[in-house]
Amino acid sequence: MLWYTGRRVLQMIPVFFGATFLIYFMVFSLPGDPIAALYGDRPPAPGVIEQIRAQYNLDKPLIQQYLIYIGNFFQGDLGTTYSGRPVSDVMAGAFPITFRLAMLALVFEAFAGIFVGLVAGLRKGKWFDASALVVSLLLISVPTFVLGFLFRLVFGVQLGWFRTTVSSEAPWGELILPALVLASVSFAYIVRLTRASVADNLNADFVRTATAKGLSRRRVVTVHVLRNSLVPVVTFLGVDLGSLMVGAIITEGIFNINGVGGTVYKAIVLGESTTVVSFIAVMVVIFVLANLLVDLLYAALDPRIRYAK
Amino acid sequence: MSQTLTDTTPGGIEYDEQPLLQIRNLEVGFQTQRGLVPAVRGVDITLYSGQTLAIVGESGSGKTTTAQAIIDLLPGAGKVTAGQVLFEGRDLTKLSAKDIQAVRGNLIGYVPQDPMSNLNPVWNIGFQVEEAIKANGLAQGKEARARTIQVLQEAGLSDAADRLKQYPHQFSGGMRQRVLIGIGLSARPKLLIADEPTSALDVTVQRQILDHLDTLTRDYGTSVLFITHDLGLAAERAEQLVVMYKGKVVESGPSQEILANPQHPYTQRLVSAAPSLASRRIQSAKHANAGDAVIFGEGSLDDTLVARAADRENAAPAKDLISVQDISKVYRIRKKGLRTDELRAVDGVSFGIQKGTTTALVGESGSGKSTVAKLILQLESITSGAIEFDGQDVAGLKGKELLKFRRRVQPVFQDPYGSLDPQYSVGNTIVEPLLAHGVGTAKERQARVKELLDQVSLPWASRFRYPSELSGGQRQRIAIARALALKPDVLVLDEAVSALDVLVQGQVLNLLTELQTELGLTYLFITHDLAVVRLVADNVCVMQKGRIVEAASTDNVFDNPQQAYTQELLAAIPGGNFQFGR
Repeated sequence: MLWYTGRRVLQMIPVFFGATFLIYFMVFSLPGDPIAALYGDRPPAPGVIEQIRAQYNLDKPLIQQYLIYIGNFFQGDLGTTYSGRPVSDVMAGAFPITFRLAMLALVFEAFAGIFVGLVAGLRKGKWFDASALVVSLLLISVPTFVLGFLFRLVFGVQLGWFRTTVSSEAPWGELILPALVLASVSFAYIVRLTRASVADNLNADFVRTATAKGLSRRRVVTVHVLRNSLVPVVTFLGVDLGSLMVGAIITEGIFNINGVGGTVYKAIVLGESTTVVSFIAVMVVIFVLANLLVDLLYAALDPRIRYAK
Repeated sequence: MSQTLTDTTPGGIEYDEQPLLQIRNLEVGFQTQRGLVPAVRGVDITLYSGQTLAIVGESGSGKTTTAQAIIDLLPGAGKVTAGQVLFEGRDLTKLSAKDIQAVRGNLIGYVPQDPMSNLNPVWNIGFQVEEAIKANGLAQGKEARARTIQVLQEAGLSDAADRLKQYPHQFSGGMRQRVLIGIGLSARPKLLIADEPTSALDVTVQRQILDHLDTLTRDYGTSVLFITHDLGLAAERAEQLVVMYKGKVVESGPSQEILANPQHPYTQRLVSAAPSLASRRIQSAKHANAGDAVIFGEGSLDDTLVARAADRENAAPAKDLISVQDISKVYRIRKKGLRTDELRAVDGVSFGIQKGTTTALVGESGSGKSTVAKLILQLESITSGAIEFDGQDVAGLKGKELLKFRRRVQPVFQDPYGSLDPQYSVGNTIVEPLLAHGVGTAKERQARVKELLDQVSLPWASRFRYPSELSGGQRQRIAIARALALKPDVLVLDEAVSALDVLVQGQVLNLLTELQTELGLTYLFITHDLAVVRLVADNVCVMQKGRIVEAASTDNVFDNPQQAYTQELLAAIPGGNFQFGR
């Protein structure tokens, strides 16, 4: 187990360098000159641009820029934006908000999704199952921005249960509505995934054997059907945790949240390579860790994986 | 036949008490999109306390459905549409969900068919046994744990205490079946339903388990309802027999009587198809006209080959087509960390196969017989030794030479479900080897497919069908047709009939024998089923732990086995020496 974890952590190294270099290269190749853009229509004094370029190492070859950046990264220096603000500051502002949003969304989609999926799977073909399928299909097909505005209108404006926009501190309570919107699509997928998995496992031989032992229906379902059905759901949740953590541009945009998604989007538009790459580097780590977590959880749920090489 | 359907005490034996289980006119149907499809159509079965009764029939005969209907284990779409299941006078079909739950486990135990899929893979063994003990109110807490160990030890797992925390995948098939028997008997039920409890296991393991089950049920005075497709097993283990066919009971009564003197045509067919030690090799015309071997069908084989074959036959008639000399295969097994262990799967095996004959390789699983097949097929490389085919060393064959070799030696594998691509129609499946080897034009290939389908007795129209639409026997015919597509000299049949029902098995064996005569094929027949060996093989090699322990002609091995292990294998065949009426 330990050996496996260690190997997985080691695998992060090439992924980390590969991803950051690719992103660095891509931002570098974006059209437009970010330094010139800083000054708008009024050109700065001659030599100033060259000076700023040298300050940000933009005058050096790509590979060298990248190496300097990575060197600083490992010394804890994430660089500064072109407006002079440390990138670490920007991160400290954006990540906690996105983290809270992601957690709320994840908790909602996991609990509600598994519950609805389980009931639907147990009553396959009945009205509850049919409505769960229709609702989940709706949630999957309606674009997030439509659902976002709809939720804001109904729950924020008409019913007045939630604030329609989120303040800059973004406390937990204000994030509930955006989290519901953010979780809606994944919720629908989890419902369908759980339903299919439960319906499948209900027909498994070992479930029949469990019934033949004289166990109650409740015990058969919770102990023998649900746990086996959770394996694919957990995989999905883990991957989803990764994508939730790296932000949701549309949802953040609708509710005016200053999270990771919006920040990275702005940085890309402005060609802020250091900001973009630093954020991506952290995201890569989060993603890989989330995947590792999934694999470990997977092993906890299915002992056959625990001993496999 | 109507007299067999009445409720009279079977076999004229007098019983004072009321029957333990009395199934009356039971009908079970499955709800499908086209309406209710009947699976069990008016079944009557009577079982007295302490008796053992076997329901025999092929798959689809409704025997398992009948058994499942007793304790309401029918899958979702199935339901009892008429009739009664009286257990100690109480109709089980009328019970509420809660009441039937109290019957399950406590009064009626259940041992399922497939030990691989009937234990939940994510819970440890101790948990799954203890759960049954707690649910039936036998013991709680620490006592339940002690009882769990006791139950498993009684079921034949002597080291149960140390293995409670292990998971099903760490147990062998036989061990798992012991666990399932332990669970089924944990509450000392009055009736045990055993649904093909050993059909997934080796003969020797099967014998141990059945013997053990016999002892346990006799000690506890448990009645047993066996479900099986194996007549030999039924004859040996059950006093009473019920033969089911297409959802109906066609014959019932004392086992010996029915098997010795079957009345219903279906039972007669079943009895005559059952391979046993008493049977002889299926007679082919092979010996009568040995010259046919080199003529081959429509003379489609290229002439040089025929000439060469003829030369060889004239020059040295006894020369082996395949000669295996002292081959070994060693696998490295990774242990914890970086250490490795050696596993000698095949250890110094030598034998030869003459052209046009069948050699059977027999042994339990793990004896290395399938590995030998893979080595001969060049699917795995040998560690040491030599394999000669037609006088040529095949060990180092590469590229074109290997392709040529593959054309002449073709495999048919055990699992007709797994070895056919579900996305390929029958026609495409059969034509694939022809395409892979670039044989003929599209038209010629089409003609060849037709010829092959004809040879395996399948209609020309079946070329458009897909494996999922075919029965197990039909699929195996397709696999044989595919193997024959390239006109090979040798077929390696790795448990090719083991997954089939007796009747279908008989048909496929007949087909193989006919093809052998017609095409002069040489077979290497790998199986764990000695009864089948007697039907088809000329020579037998018995393997144990990677070595050949006995090799002789079939008659010699069966009539006069030299090795203790061979004798053990022969003794383990259910109903082995039972004389079936014919």
